[in-house]
Amino acid sequence: MIALQNAIDAISLGAVYALAALGIGLIFSIMRLINFAHGELIMLGGFTLYALAGQPYLVMGLAAIIVVAIAALGMERVAFRPLRRANPATLLIASFAVSYLVQHIVLLVFGSRPMGVDFLAQLGQSIEFGGLRVPGLQLAAIIITLVLLTALALFFRHAPTGVQMRAAAEDFTMARLVGVRANRVIAAAFAISGVLASFVSLFLVAQTGSVSYKMGISMVLIAFVASVIGGMGSLIGAALGGFLVGLVSVSLQAYLPVDLRPYRDAFVFLAFIAFLLWRPQGIMFRRADRERV
Amino acid sequence: MTRIPKEWQTPLLLIAILVAVALLGSLAAPAMQRTVTEALVKLTVVIGLYIFVGNSGVFSFGHIAFMAIGGYISAILTILPAKKHVALKLPLLLEAAQLPGVLALLIAVAAAGLIAFLIALPFMRLKGIALPMATFALLVIVYVVSLNWTAVTGGRQALVGLPRYTNIWVGVAAAAVALLVAAAYGTTRHGLALRCSRESEVAAAATGIDVARERLIAFVISAAIVAMGGVLFAHFLGTMTANTFYLDLTFVTLTMLVVGGMRSLTGACAGVAVVSIVSELFRTIERGIDLGGFTLEAPPGLQEIALALVLLVILLTRPHGLVGDWELTWSAFAKKSERGE
Repeated sequence: MIALQNAIDAISLGAVYALAALGIGLIFSIMRLINFAHGELIMLGGFTLYALAGQPYLVMGLAAIIVVAIAALGMERVAFRPLRRANPATLLIASFAVSYLVQHIVLLVFGSRPMGVDFLAQLGQSIEFGGLRVPGLQLAAIIITLVLLTALALFFRHAPTGVQMRAAAEDFTMARLVGVRANRVIAAAFAISGVLASFVSLFLVAQTGSVSYKMGISMVLIAFVASVIGGMGSLIGAALGGFLVGLVSVSLQAYLPVDLRPYRDAFVFLAFIAFLLWRPQGIMFRRADRERV
Repeated sequence: MTRIPKEWQTPLLLIAILVAVALLGSLAAPAMQRTVTEALVKLTVVIGLYIFVGNSGVFSFGHIAFMAIGGYISAILTILPAKKHVALKLPLLLEAAQLPGVLALLIAVAAAGLIAFLIALPFMRLKGIALPMATFALLVIVYVVSLNWTAVTGGRQALVGLPRYTNIWVGVAAAAVALLVAAAYGTTRHGLALRCSRESEVAAAATGIDVARERLIAFVISAAIVAMGGVLFAHFLGTMTANTFYLDLTFVTLTMLVVGGMRSLTGACAGVAVVSIVSELFRTIERGIDLGGFTLEAPPGLQEIALALVLLVILLTRPHGLVGDWELTWSAFAKKSERGE
């Protein structure tokens, strides 16, 4: 029974990690940018909820999604579009700068102390399933993630922009040669990445009931790990990586000796390094990403 | 002056400038002296970072971890035993130890170098973006451990009572040592081989350069210098907290390196100078300036915003940094003065 309970915890945590990792993986697959500022998109979603506290939950949620998507588009336009030809390391540094910039603008406006927000607090109550206790929030996280993953899969398979995005991820230059419009595809990817980030912030705020200007950092670090494990650039891989990191975190939390539990994150990152050494290309390795000479 | 080889002119000229800055600084008010000292310690760290990042072209997000390691080792070896007894739970031998600062510094640097060697053995086999990601993981691991290993690091409590011996001249000495080590490494065949691999990893491998081995050598030297900076930073602040050595400091030091130009030693120094001046300027504004009657005051956070904007503007307009590949040499200097006449 405890094992089943842990499994549910792992899946729901993994679902949120998967959403965060997908947002990062999507951008990386198209423009080789590891977007450290993705955490700040999550944080901006949180602060939108804070700014609109007291409104109906639906309004708060929709506003967060729209604001974050616009913020993602803004980041792309101002910082990443001019750097499109830069190498991945430079892009990573640039995203570090954007992240630092956005964090401290929020610090300047809202201050450094965490602030309470009431958003879907009643979802914290558990639903009983024959002895199993499933908090509504976990259930919601799993269902919403599954819906979003299905929607994304359909989008990539059937929508013209989705097909173009896959083509761009496969070989960006070739895609442009056959008429894919780079600016539009990349902007669309950022918008989707923003929407995914906003759902992560909805979940985080509902779970913790607070926002702070540093709330995105730990999530983005985990999402990094998940998307690299999945195989940078593979979207299925990113989602799988998210679930895998969720599984490892919950297992460590459950089965590590009590003395070592505070070090859980250190073990997660240690496992990550071990994984990199064992299989640096990730679970899902795409031929297109092979280094060419 | 022309007898000195070109690659040695750069560090010697830079050291001369540092001594001049320090002389000016030592005449200034105590607050300004502290600012200059902090900049010199950060310069030591950035030069250490340059030895690996600049020569190999591979970004490391994990070097601040070696600052933390060096700082904690030196803290444990220098704090009064009575204070350690209250704050920490160390083995008796370590608790009783109270070494002179220099000895603690040497031990800390050697230990950090050894740890760096053990880490680099597996890490340097990684290729592409996997290596920077692994260094990120290293930073997180060291942070989580120092935040929770209460018996040794004090955990969430700040570790206090470090002898505050880092002054301007200690800072100058450390930066000078770092500059000389960086220049010396750069002239060895290992330095040349690593810079070759920076331009083209494949071509370097094809000419028989063992890229992983060259990176390992640079990583260890670089980590040792960064650890020295960490020790001096700890003895500058007088306290150690895990949060000091995490993402913010990583961002600031990488900004310094990239803004100045990570491909040259002069660039590393220029970056530290520019970023320190910008930071100090905005820190002053945050504190409030009296402009004959009304006070110009800015909320906290402005300094960091300015820093991020400087980095973004440099990345967008001068991707190789302010100085690019240029190194300060006597001949460049002389030519300029000739033209001036």
